Amino acid sequence: MEKLFFLMFAAVAIASGLAVVTARNPVHSALALIVCLIQVAALFVLLRSPFLAAVQIFIYVGAVMVLFLFVVLILDMRKAVLQAFPPVKKRFVVGVILVLMAQILAFVFVTPMGLSPAGGWEPTVESIGRMLFTKYLFPFEVVSVILLAALVAAIVIAKERR
Amino acid sequence: MSGPDVATFFSPGDFLAILPEMVIAGMACVILMVDLVVPRTKRWVVPALSVLSVAAAAWFSWNLAGSGVSAFSGMFVLDGYAAFFKLIFYIVAVFAVFVSIRYIKTEEIDLGEYYVLMLFSLSGMMIMASGSDLLTIYLGLELASLPVYALVGFLQKSRKSNEAAMKYVILGAFSSAILLYGISLIYGLTGTTQLAAISAALETGAVSGPLFTLAVIMLVAGFGFKVAGFPFHMWAPDAYEGAPTPITAFMAAGPKAAAFAVIMRVFLEGLFPAYDNWQMAIAAVAVGSMVVGNITAIMQTSIKRMLAFSSVGHAGYALLGLVAGSEEGIASVMFYLLVYAFMNLGIFGIIIMMRRDSQSGDQISHYAGLAKSNRLTALAMLVFLFSLAGIPPTAGFVAKFYVFMALIHKGMIGLAVVAALMSAVAAYYYIRIVMLMYMREPEKEFLLASSRGILCVLIIALAAVVALGVYPLTYKPRPARRSAVGQERNEMERWYP
Repeated sequence: MEKLFFLMFAAVAIASGLAVVTARNPVHSALALIVCLIQVAALFVLLRSPFLAAVQIFIYVGAVMVLFLFVVLILDMRKAVLQAFPPVKKRFVVGVILVLMAQILAFVFVTPMGLSPAGGWEPTVESIGRMLFTKYLFPFEVVSVILLAALVAAIVIAKERR
Repeated sequence: MSGPDVATFFSPGDFLAILPEMVIAGMACVILMVDLVVPRTKRWVVPALSVLSVAAAAWFSWNLAGSGVSAFSGMFVLDGYAAFFKLIFYIVAVFAVFVSIRYIKTEEIDLGEYYVLMLFSLSGMMIMASGSDLLTIYLGLELASLPVYALVGFLQKSRKSNEAAMKYVILGAFSSAILLYGISLIYGLTGTTQLAAISAALETGAVSGPLFTLAVIMLVAGFGFKVAGFPFHMWAPDAYEGAPTPITAFMAAGPKAAAFAVIMRVFLEGLFPAYDNWQMAIAAVAVGSMVVGNITAIMQTSIKRMLAFSSVGHAGYALLGLVAGSEEGIASVMFYLLVYAFMNLGIFGIIIMMRRDSQSGDQISHYAGLAKSNRLTALAMLVFLFSLAGIPPTAGFVAKFYVFMALIHKGMIGLAVVAALMSAVAAYYYIRIVMLMYMREPEKEFLLASSRGILCVLIIALAAVVALGVYPLTYKPRPARRSAVGQERNEMERWYP
């Protein structure tokens, strides 16, 4: 049963991923990417990581993609679509990508990986929240300061001065 | 599911350990609000509060310095090493505030957020110096650099400043991504982000192979960006030139020293068992930085660009101390960064004085004949330039000398020879400015924008550069890593006699 679900989600993810690249209308691309990201979130659920799935939907689907769509809609993309990509030697590009992929695979297979799941610790939202406010309290607080600093920085840069 | 008790992870005492950081970050928020209510005639309150909060943090750090405490389940340490770097950051921050006061009025960027962002960056640097976990180190790094991106682009009307900020932000994000990738690989291979645990995992010899090498390369590249070492230095000249000059001084001395603090801790505490893996990579970056930085600096016409390339060169010298990998090497880098902070702030103080009304003072040619009308300023400039070039009896010479000795004691004569040759190259472009100041006739009258703040910085920096050169700290280097609590106290006493 689980395998069936996996195959279903994976197939849709790949199909929508291809649609992102092949669609001519940027809005279609963005929508296809949303579908793809939701499928990946579903895969995270299958992997017993509901927190990661929720984060995936909140951040990627909710924030990043909406921003993307806004930009696409605000800028007039119809003209940009008509322009052809600059001529690139396809064979060269494919070659570089293949080499890089082979490299990553080689690294992954050659290096012994001693990964074992943390014993007795389930990545639920509750346990992650608990960790954030106990073991990772300090980094958590630092992140809040970073966000504040980023806010101040962004406002200072963008605000019109007298 | 009920997790372990809170007390296993941190105790109330842990908050005492981060008191200086909390003071700085908290005061940054307070100043942000004070700035809104301060009338235009009392603008001095904002920089005064900034300096006061740094002083308060310094006082807390002083009292906490010897404790050797490790807080928040080993994510944050207070050892002599961290305390020393925090001392450098406090000096840099206070100096940067002092030299800014008049400058930001001239440039019409007199906003309270200027100091607030500086304080946020300072708190980030302090977390970097104390971080003993890759997670805290990374977050400190982000907190230290994010405000600086905005500060570089603070001159809203200057295209150059905007462009510099843009470049800096994009390359900074890029380098952070590389660094994070390296960190995540280390985490995947060792199962921990704590430096001590990483070191223990490496010592078992179970972690090796190309993936580990890749992780090390990513870390070297990521940190290389942050210290502007060759070949990751391309952002530095543009960012240094476009930024408001006090910010150039701040970022060349502060965040850079913080990045060095982190590099030395990560490589000498966390990755020390893999010394053979990273030593060559760091040595290559160091030699590249010295050669490219110093030779490119010769060709510059803008003094800020020249100092940017010279700082690339200086990063190369400091990295050599890391290559040596010995206790002496660590101590030499620490001393180097302290001296660099003084001479850097000093020379930028003079460059800031040259900025007045319509006079930009950015070009090297602007300094022609300075000695005729402003004898003392030219003399101060001469001392700072001699120190940057490493000519005795200035502190710059002693700093370089310690680094070279650390190399020689480890038998790395070749590297020491290259470094000495490159400082001869560097002497050319530093002394060229001295020649311009003393041998040429001035083209027009000089108008110096001196202020009490800048004069104060110049006098202290000058005194430090001469004093540390004539009477160098007579110390026997003590390692930052694995030192016991009692030794920390000794170290502190040695640094603050």
